[in-house]
Order: sequence, then structure tokens, then C-alpha cells
Amino acid sequence: MLNTEIDTDTIPAVHLLYLCKKFGRHEVLTDINLKVVPGETVCLLGPSGSGKSTLLRCINFLETSDFGEIFLHGTRVAYGRSAGKKGLTEAELAKLRTRVSMVFQHFNLWPHMTVLGNIVEAPIHVQKRPRAQVIAEAEALLLKVGLLDKRDVYPSRLSGGQKQRVAIARALAMKSDVILFDEPTSSLDPELVGEVLSVIKQLAEDGMTMIIATHEMDFAREVASRVVFLDGGRVLESGEPKAFFRRPTTERARQFLERYVR
Amino acid sequence: MNLRFEVIWNQLPMFANGLWNTVWICVVGMLLSLMAGIILVLPLISRRRSLQLPAELFVDVGRAIPFLMLVYLVFYGLPSFGLVLDRWTTAIVCLVLYNTAYIAEILRSAWANIPRGQLEAGRAFGFTGMGLLRRITLPQIMIAAAPVLGNQLIQIIKDSAFLAIITVPELTHAARTVQANHFVPFESFIFAALMYWGLCLLIEAGIKQVEQVRAVYAKY
Ligand SMILES: Nc1ncnc2c1ncn2[C@@H]1O[C@H](COP(=O)(O)OP(=O)(O)OP(=O)(O)O)[C@@H](O)[C@H]1O
Ligand SMILES: [Mg+2]
Repeated sequence: MLNTEIDTDTIPAVHLLYLCKKFGRHEVLTDINLKVVPGETVCLLGPSGSGKSTLLRCINFLETSDFGEIFLHGTRVAYGRSAGKKGLTEAELAKLRTRVSMVFQHFNLWPHMTVLGNIVEAPIHVQKRPRAQVIAEAEALLLKVGLLDKRDVYPSRLSGGQKQRVAIARALAMKSDVILFDEPTSSLDPELVGEVLSVIKQLAEDGMTMIIATHEMDFAREVASRVVFLDGGRVLESGEPKAFFRRPTTERARQFLERYVR
Repeated sequence: MNLRFEVIWNQLPMFANGLWNTVWICVVGMLLSLMAGIILVLPLISRRRSLQLPAELFVDVGRAIPFLMLVYLVFYGLPSFGLVLDRWTTAIVCLVLYNTAYIAEILRSAWANIPRGQLEAGRAFGFTGMGLLRRITLPQIMIAAAPVLGNQLIQIIKDSAFLAIITVPELTHAARTVQANHFVPFESFIFAALMYWGLCLLIEAGIKQVEQVRAVYAKY
């Protein structure tokens, strides 16, 4: 396993302490404690509605958490009541968001920009990095995800798997500390899932820090350095994938695995 | 019945001048309304009710008043308040006031149909406020709204015929003048009607073109 020897003193890329999130009166996340150190690939597992998406969205401030603390790379960026927003301006939030990039279930590419345009958009216009350099990096990323030949094509001309690989390149181009994936293969035709998973697997081998919500159990078993099992908005288990899949400690996890793994 | 189309032939310069005035008034009116519409749509799509309400009121009122009534109000009514606008200014002001409401509503509904995920991706990648609007939201609104905006231009051209009433020398006014001077009502009006039709065909062809190009960018 990659990360068993990682020094526990390493500053975590993402560190959540007692994070809570409510929608109205409905508590969706309760006391989430999670530490993700650089180089880790954490897979978030759990039944539908368990709060995986909400957790990811709190980490990049698309949702405002209600209580608890969020540390990004050792900096406390949200704390206390209304943890997400109070005290942070929209501009500061935007800056934080560029340190955590996101790959969405439905890709969410910008349809009015070419593949290359999608990738260089935020680095040029948000991060204000030099254009020529950003484009060169984007081309290298396209090569990496195997889509350099689609450089000047619009997203409407791509298959789902290709769109998601572009979305991954777009996230990588931000050079953020961590990439969040929200069910990156759930909206793909079965025959396209493999090409996306193999790109993510390659990233894991490169030591990219990632948190991946997924229903692909085989993938989680193979790629995760750690799996976190969520149910009803709580972390019920967190540990080595091998151990988790062989002997889950909670009854809920056991039932969950029975449904997904044979 | 004895139709005298040679009169039309002789009066062609008059019609051409009318057509030209119709075209430029409408194009200028459209462009200004589009700019005003883009500004008006911002409060419409804002989350703040206090901004939304006045904008919604403007759109409602704008769409409730008949165009001719607006022209009367501005041309004959405003002088009571010491505001006298010449016919050209009145023409442009009325076209813009009237169409801004429609265009803002067109843009708002285009915005409402943009998949939320794309705007969310914009926020997730660090865009905010004006940056988000300029780079992500507005281009998609315009692409989505383009064909409907083309139809609105056709509407503007048809509405502009009312401007003949305040003697703006546009196409309908030209036709009216020719028929009055030469007693050729049918010839004169049917010729003007054909010219309106031709104009609309041209715009419709433009819309088709836009729709084809748009298919590449808009579909997702
Ligand atoms: N915007 C929202 N408003 C109100 N409730 C919400 C909202 N978003 C999510 N929820 C609720 O929060 C709970 C957790 O949802 P979430 O989408 O995080 O689950 P998930 O684990 O990602 O599920 P799935 O596997 O189906 O994607 C659900 O009960 C859901 O109904
Ligand atoms: Mg989800």
C-alpha cells in the first residue's frame, strides 16, 4: 500500500473537525472528522443519500457548513457556526476554491468553449497565470488523458467518457492541493467507465491527493489508500480498503457491501 | 380594375428611403434594447428580492402597454411635462423602452434553462460576480437566446410601422405618402408589405444560420 508509511506529522491537505451541515432542519452531515494527507486517495462509500456529495461540496464551499472546522493545508478556513461563510468574502471563497478542484458527476464542462478552452479558462482568468505557459501545460494534460487530438473540439462532440477525461484535465490544470470527485463514472455508459477509472488510477499512482465518492467497489478496493464509509451523515468506518471489504466492523457497512459486492 | 404599378416604379427612391429608415431604426433600437436588456436581466436573475421586484415591475408594465400607446405617450404626452422629443428620438426611445422589457424576459428564461451544473462549475473553479457573468453565464445566455432574439427583431420591425403616425419617414410612412399623392392605395401598400416580408425572410435565414452554428456550442 502506498500510504501506510506516510509520516503522521505531514500537514493534511484537507482536515475536517466535527463538520455539520443541515438543510433546513434536516441534518445531512453530523460530526464529520476526516484527515486526508497529501498523496492519499480516499474513497467515500455509502448508500444513496448518505451525504457523500454534500461532504465534497462543503469542502469546496459550494455548500456552507453549519458547524465545525475545515483546514486546507493547515490553514483554518472555516470554523464555528455558519462555518463556511461567516467572515469570508466571496473573493476569499473563490481563492480557496481554486485550491480544491472538483470533478462532477455530470462533467459540467462549459459548452461554449473548446476542450482546450475549458481547461485553460480558470488558470488564465481566475488564477491569472501566463497564457502561453497555461496552454502548454493544458496540452500536456490532454496528452496525459489521451485527448490531445480533441484539443479544438467542442464538448458537444465528445462521448461521456471523453467529457469526463476533459473534466479531469480541467481540474488538474488548477494545480490544486486536492481533487474531489463526485461519482465520476455514475453517468457514463458501462463501456466508458473503464477509460475514466484508468485515468484516475494513474493519478493515484502519481501521488495526487484525491477524495472520490464512488459506487465502484472494485475500483475503490484497488485504488483507494483508505475508504471512508458514510451512512446517515456520519462516518461509520474509515480504514484500509482490504480490511474494510473483507471484514467491515459495522452492521450497516456489511449490509451495504452485500448489496454491492458479490 | 386598373392597377398602376409604374407609379411604384417611379417612386422607388421614396420606398428605398423608407426601407432604409425602417432598417436602421430597428437595428439601432434592437442593439440598444439588447444592451438595456442585459442590464435589466441582472436584477431579474439576482437572488435579492429587493432588486428583483422593481425589475419585474418594469417588465410587466413594459409588456402590458400597447406600442402605439407608448408612442402617443412619449410624443404627445411628455411635452406636458416640458419634455419635447423630436420624432426620431421618440422612435428610438419608444422602441428601446418597449423591447427592453421583452428582451430582458427572453434573456431571463434563457438563463433559467442553462443547466445549473455549468454555472456551479464556474463557481467551483473560482469565478465570482462579474467574472462569472462575463465568462460563463452571459455567453451561454446569448447562445441560448439567439434565435428568440432574432424573432424579436422581426417583431420590432413590424411594430415600427406605427411610427408612421408620428411622421417618421419609414417604410409604412413612405407607402402612405405615395398612395396619398398618386391615389394608388393597393399598389403602394402591397409593395410595402412585400418589402416587410422580404426583410423578415432575410432575418429568418439569419436565424437558421445562427441555429446551425449554435448547435455546436449550445448542446451539452
Ligand atoms: N440542496 C439540498 N436541499 C435539501 N436537501 C438536500 C440538498 N442536497 C442534498 N440534500 C439531502 O441531503 C442528503 C444527502 O444528500 P447527498 O446528495 O449528499 O447524498 P449522496 O451520498 O451524495 O447520495 P447519492 O449516492 O445518491 O449521490 C439527502 O437526504 C438529500 O436529500
Ligand atoms: Mg451524490
